[in-house]
Amino acid sequence: MASQATNIAVVGGTDADHAKIDIILKKYEGQKGSLIPILQDTQDLYNYLPRKALEYIAEQTGNPISAIYGVVTFYSQFHLNPRGRNIVRVCQGTACHVRGGKTILETMEKALGVKAGHTTDDARFTLETIACLGACGMAPVMQINGETHGRLTPEIIPEILAKYK
Amino acid sequence: MMQDTRIRADVLVCGGTACSASGSQEVMKRLREEIAKKGLSEEINVVKTGCHGFCENGPLVIVYPEGTFYVRVKPEDVPEIVEEHLYKGRVVERLLYHEPTTGKSIPTYKEIDFYKKQKRVVLSKCGAINPEKIEEYIALGGYEALGKVLTTMTPEQVIEEVKKSGLRGRGGAGFPTGMKWQFAHGAKGDKKYIICNADEGDPGAFMDRSVLEGDPHAVLEGMAIGAYAIGADEAYMYVRAEYPLAIKRLEIAIDQAEKMGLLGNNIFGSGFNLKIHIKKGAGAFVCGEETALMASIEGRRGMPRPRPPFPANSGLWGKPTNINNVETWANVPQIILKGADWFRSMGTEKSTGTKVFALTGKINHTGLAEVPMGITMREIIFDIGGGIPNGKKFKAVQIGGPSGGCLPESMLDTPVDYDSLTKVGAMMGSGGLVVMDETTCMVDVAKFFLNFTQSESCGKCTPCREGTKRMLEILNRITSGQGTETDLVVLEDLAKTIKVSALCGLGQTAPNPVLSTLKYFRDEYEAHIKEKRCPAGACEKLAQYFITEDCKGCGLCARNCPVHAITGEPKKRHVIDQTMCIKCGTCMQNCPFKAITKK
Repeated sequence: MASQATNIAVVGGTDADHAKIDIILKKYEGQKGSLIPILQDTQDLYNYLPRKALEYIAEQTGNPISAIYGVVTFYSQFHLNPRGRNIVRVCQGTACHVRGGKTILETMEKALGVKAGHTTDDARFTLETIACLGACGMAPVMQINGETHGRLTPEIIPEILAKYK
Repeated sequence: MMQDTRIRADVLVCGGTACSASGSQEVMKRLREEIAKKGLSEEINVVKTGCHGFCENGPLVIVYPEGTFYVRVKPEDVPEIVEEHLYKGRVVERLLYHEPTTGKSIPTYKEIDFYKKQKRVVLSKCGAINPEKIEEYIALGGYEALGKVLTTMTPEQVIEEVKKSGLRGRGGAGFPTGMKWQFAHGAKGDKKYIICNADEGDPGAFMDRSVLEGDPHAVLEGMAIGAYAIGADEAYMYVRAEYPLAIKRLEIAIDQAEKMGLLGNNIFGSGFNLKIHIKKGAGAFVCGEETALMASIEGRRGMPRPRPPFPANSGLWGKPTNINNVETWANVPQIILKGADWFRSMGTEKSTGTKVFALTGKINHTGLAEVPMGITMREIIFDIGGGIPNGKKFKAVQIGGPSGGCLPESMLDTPVDYDSLTKVGAMMGSGGLVVMDETTCMVDVAKFFLNFTQSESCGKCTPCREGTKRMLEILNRITSGQGTETDLVVLEDLAKTIKVSALCGLGQTAPNPVLSTLKYFRDEYEAHIKEKRCPAGACEKLAQYFITEDCKGCGLCARNCPVHAITGEPKKRHVIDQTMCIKCGTCMQNCPFKAITKK
């Protein structure tokens, strides 16, 4: 456990990490308003935004770390903690709500043993909710790693989850 | 699409988000394989299109020239379509759409009720062309309007034409588009910007996504015309990050248009330049508000600021900026091409043209419908939408998303136009229509929307940050059976105060779902408060569990009840003590005879 904790503390701060982040910074060099795209690309690398990486971005772009933290915590898409290998987003939009989206979320919470917003202990799944996926025709829906599953019923959930290791 | 003379049939497969999720990619792959096996690849063209709007019945496959319309096609159905239809010329009856009331099969697109009453202007090319090929857009008159504007019209003439058309903002508020352009045109400044608001955040709305996925060039062309009119040379397209397919199609479209000299530098050799950038949102509903959206493009927290100054004078990076929604932009090329009078011939006097609605919820035909303004809600829900499924009764329609309101049956004959809807306490909004039946609790719906706006509140102004939170607490009390009659008075008072005092559109309209349900469904609130009962049976904490006559007296429920609220003799019907029951539902889950009901 201790070694894992130390690992997390250095993620984003090694020379190799800096080299990767430099490529992103280079891509947006000289572009106005590029902080959000830089953060989006960085999150694509790690699945979340490691503290060390944010500190490095602050240093390189001249933005105070407080301002970056402000942006990161404002948008729901950014995450400050490591996430699971598979990201499940259960839609809580209106169409899904009236067609039983809440039951689907409850079923998922039971099946994974974690509440929405949390990651399973084995880091296999992170369970999240989303305001609307815009696939209302298939309501209720959820997305796993960007793949949309529709017309859900509690019964077919285990079968779907089994596909993601 | 049909340039090649050897081609005798085109098979269109819907590649929209809903159809893709139900397996249209697999269907398309299989089609190509089977067609190749039969040696028909030379004469039959398989095209991946944008959304057809009939999402409930996806994946959709349409065979042209006849327009045969196949629904819910699975990969294993493909060999039969190829063998029977494409090889032998016989329509596969079982895959046609069947009228839900009569069971009759309907062979072509145009004969289906869902499409009959529609007037597809913005959606005219969605589903008809391959959105990833600019040539197909051009073949249907694409970029002709931009050419006309750049070579024969002055910016003033363009603005005049748009003003004359009566086009109003399709994002929700309905501000006259031509007027907005005029302000930005008249603003002083050497640098101006154009923005397309594609941050379609309303839950239950997916019109803009379908337009971007199905006909991205129409939006780009509209933006280019607007840029010429106001004098901008740079534009931003702000798209929700949740719409990866739309973003991909836009990237392809911009790239193709730039290569052909239809965007970028020296467009049509006229000396007019326009660079369009795509900005991905990062998940914040409030960014649909124009000043918040601009803050987000600038790389900051997306929080709104007070207006004036309006964006037309001081917008993105302090420069004059004109911002319109996706559907508004998509209307522009057709107005230029066919004229303001043609546009005015559709809709009503003050709400001209058409509007795209996303029909969802408890309705037979979930999907996208484009109708002339002024049509009644009843026509949209029952004629186009096919009514309520499973023989249930219509209760309400929610229009306008979290900013809109719920209308009851008695209001269904209200014409759908900006002013009539505002008058009855709803609003046009971006076009989400969520239909609810008798099993939907209206207090729960109000709570659902308020919960949404409350968690999306940016926290900048007190009425929205604190006010919506207090309102939500009251609604939570009511739905859990702890509401009092004074709660209703306070709720209404808070709602009215927030409406007039919040900083931006999000806060000002957040109370609408509560106010409209209080207006039309007050009896439901009262039933929750006075009788501690949810008439729709939807509020978990007010539900009561009963054991029916089907009980065999096995005792499983009594053994599993965590509070020992169930008693009864073996082999005899058991009883739940309502005063002890904590409504956990464990008994219902454990009953092997389905003898426990919830009311």
